[in-house]
Amino acid sequence: MSLLEVEDLAIHFGGVKAVDGVSFAVEAGEVFSIIGPNGAGKSTIFNLISRLYKPTRGKIMFDGRDITPLQAHEIAPLGLARTFQNIELFDHSTVLDNLLMGRHTHRSTNWVQDMLFVPAVRRAERAHRRKVEDVIEFLELEAYRDKLIAGLPYGVRKVVEIGRALAVGPKLILLDEPASGLSVEESQEVAYWIEDMRRDMGLTVLMVEHDMSLVTQVSDRVLAVANGQPLAQGSPAEVQSDPRVMAAYLGTEVYT
Amino acid sequence: MKVIFKTSYDNDIDLHEDGWARGRIALLVVVMAALPFLVGEYYLAEAANTLIWSLAGMGLMVLVGHTGQASLGHAAFLAIGAYTDVALMNIGVPWIISFPLAGLATGLFGALVAIPAVRMSGIYLAIATLALFVIVEEMVILLEPITGGVGGLMAPSIEIFGVNFDRYTNLNNFYWLCLAVVVAVTWLYANLLRSPTGRSFLAVRDSEVSARALGINITRTRALAFGLSCGMTGLAGSLLGHYIAYFNYELFSVFISINLLLVVTIGGLGFIQGAFMGAILITAVPQLIAILRGTVNDLTGIDLSVLPGLDTLIFSAILIGFIIYEPAGLWGRWLKTRVWFQLFPLARRDMFRRQKSYLKTERQR
Ligand SMILES: Nc1ncnc2c1ncn2[C@@H]1O[C@H](COP(=O)(O)OP(=O)(O)OP(=O)(O)O)[C@@H](O)[C@H]1O
Ligand SMILES: [Mg+2]
Repeated sequence: MSLLEVEDLAIHFGGVKAVDGVSFAVEAGEVFSIIGPNGAGKSTIFNLISRLYKPTRGKIMFDGRDITPLQAHEIAPLGLARTFQNIELFDHSTVLDNLLMGRHTHRSTNWVQDMLFVPAVRRAERAHRRKVEDVIEFLELEAYRDKLIAGLPYGVRKVVEIGRALAVGPKLILLDEPASGLSVEESQEVAYWIEDMRRDMGLTVLMVEHDMSLVTQVSDRVLAVANGQPLAQGSPAEVQSDPRVMAAYLGTEVYT
Repeated sequence: MKVIFKTSYDNDIDLHEDGWARGRIALLVVVMAALPFLVGEYYLAEAANTLIWSLAGMGLMVLVGHTGQASLGHAAFLAIGAYTDVALMNIGVPWIISFPLAGLATGLFGALVAIPAVRMSGIYLAIATLALFVIVEEMVILLEPITGGVGGLMAPSIEIFGVNFDRYTNLNNFYWLCLAVVVAVTWLYANLLRSPTGRSFLAVRDSEVSARALGINITRTRALAFGLSCGMTGLAGSLLGHYIAYFNYELFSVFISINLLLVVTIGGLGFIQGAFMGAILITAVPQLIAILRGTVNDLTGIDLSVLPGLDTLIFSAILIGFIIYEPAGLWGRWLKTRVWFQLFPLARRDMFRRQKSYLKTERQR
């Protein structure tokens, strides 16, 4: 059984068929990438999986469970975390607090205990902090720990987004264009992190990315979409050389 | 510049970063507690008033400053707190029980109305809370047997284990009572902010999509924030009732709601300290204007009391000034000034200019 199974997924915004009949399955432990031109519907697929959007049609199975009827906040506790293409951090909080917010699904105390700050709250805070420090060490964010997000450079914010998703302690992590806007060196670092996530943390990665060298380097399998529809699926090399994919990117007709 | 060497995670978990900060707060509390021996009756009563406003301000701060929801109806929650407390005392419940019950009842009421209201945000929520205020005001007038209707009622004198805390006969005791309540609530509030619950409030305020993707139930979180906010405001309302002693529905006018919003915005949104700064300003400005009026009258013979809108004008000018020049409020200004002195002479002019956010155009709500 696959970790994530998407069956005939579709969402229509009025007349716009943003996603229209996409199916794929992500196996546990693999890195799966979705590619496609701008406006192809890649981010919309992510929003459907994280239940921010309600699909018009189709079904999403995660870890053997149908998550289509769930609400957005019920997804993370199952072990599914994500990043956002347009960076959705908590701007007025520090990096540390942003990462601690990622621990929300693991909270063990209620608001009454929190307000009285009973010893259990302190114990839980220490435990969350240790987890978050692991993430900080992994992503080398030590220098920014106490900085406010609002003053951070773009590249660092992208890394904090990945960190916050890792702090959730997920089985599956969705990365929406983790390398967009980053320098060559920075995207190389992202590539190493993705490999480490899979190898050392046992994570499954579903990624949307335009940077083909990153996709080829880390992905086991690739799905190409255009105009909300699937074009091709397979190894990075297969998909890249598929004539329909080339046509979608270059905007030419397919000659057969 | 002072650098704090952190040696354990507890440094970040503790309320105060070091012994100095803890000492400063302790000193402040001691000075506040000694105030009855330092100032006269008039100023002590004003100080009690400021404490009550700080409490109500903290209530609104939870909502506006920390969860990002607006409310134009908080005067209604002051009223509910005040009338519940007095109603309970009138049927013989001692204050020590009626007071927390008043807070609890107001909080529950707030959380209940929040459940439909939390789907709204911004201006819609502001209007909904304003409508709620109008309903509560009408209810107060209609429920004459409990509230005294238009004529109003007298708040009974507070007695705790035989000790009298009446605002007129034992002002010192009443002041200490207010101080104790404010210190306790401040402690609870500060704890909230360093805990997962407080972080979930900030998360909902700063990015709803992220909050949901991290497993935060927006509706529940907002209803909780609403409930806590109203609970604190209800406590303030009950103290306000005893402070004014004889009151009717007019005490809780819509101007009180607006003044409370001024307290949190001028004080500094998102800081507990801001509620105190704002409360000091809002209670001090009318006094300063009165003094100013007297001085102008003595010096020039012009009688400014023929200008009834002067207070409102000055308040509005202050508010507009803050929104334009210092959105972080009085507390934000103080923080910046402090950093400037710590770094002197190295502070740069553009140090606090926030970097523009990138790629925020496609934000989903
Ligand atoms: N909430 C929405 N309402 C209406 N249309 C939407 C909405 N969300 C997405 N769309 C439309 O769906 C299509 C796919 O958008 P999506 O953001 O998924 O593209 P993408 O593949 O992520 O592109 P990019 O590479 O630029 O990020 C676009 O035409 C977009 O305008
Ligand atoms: Mg996208």
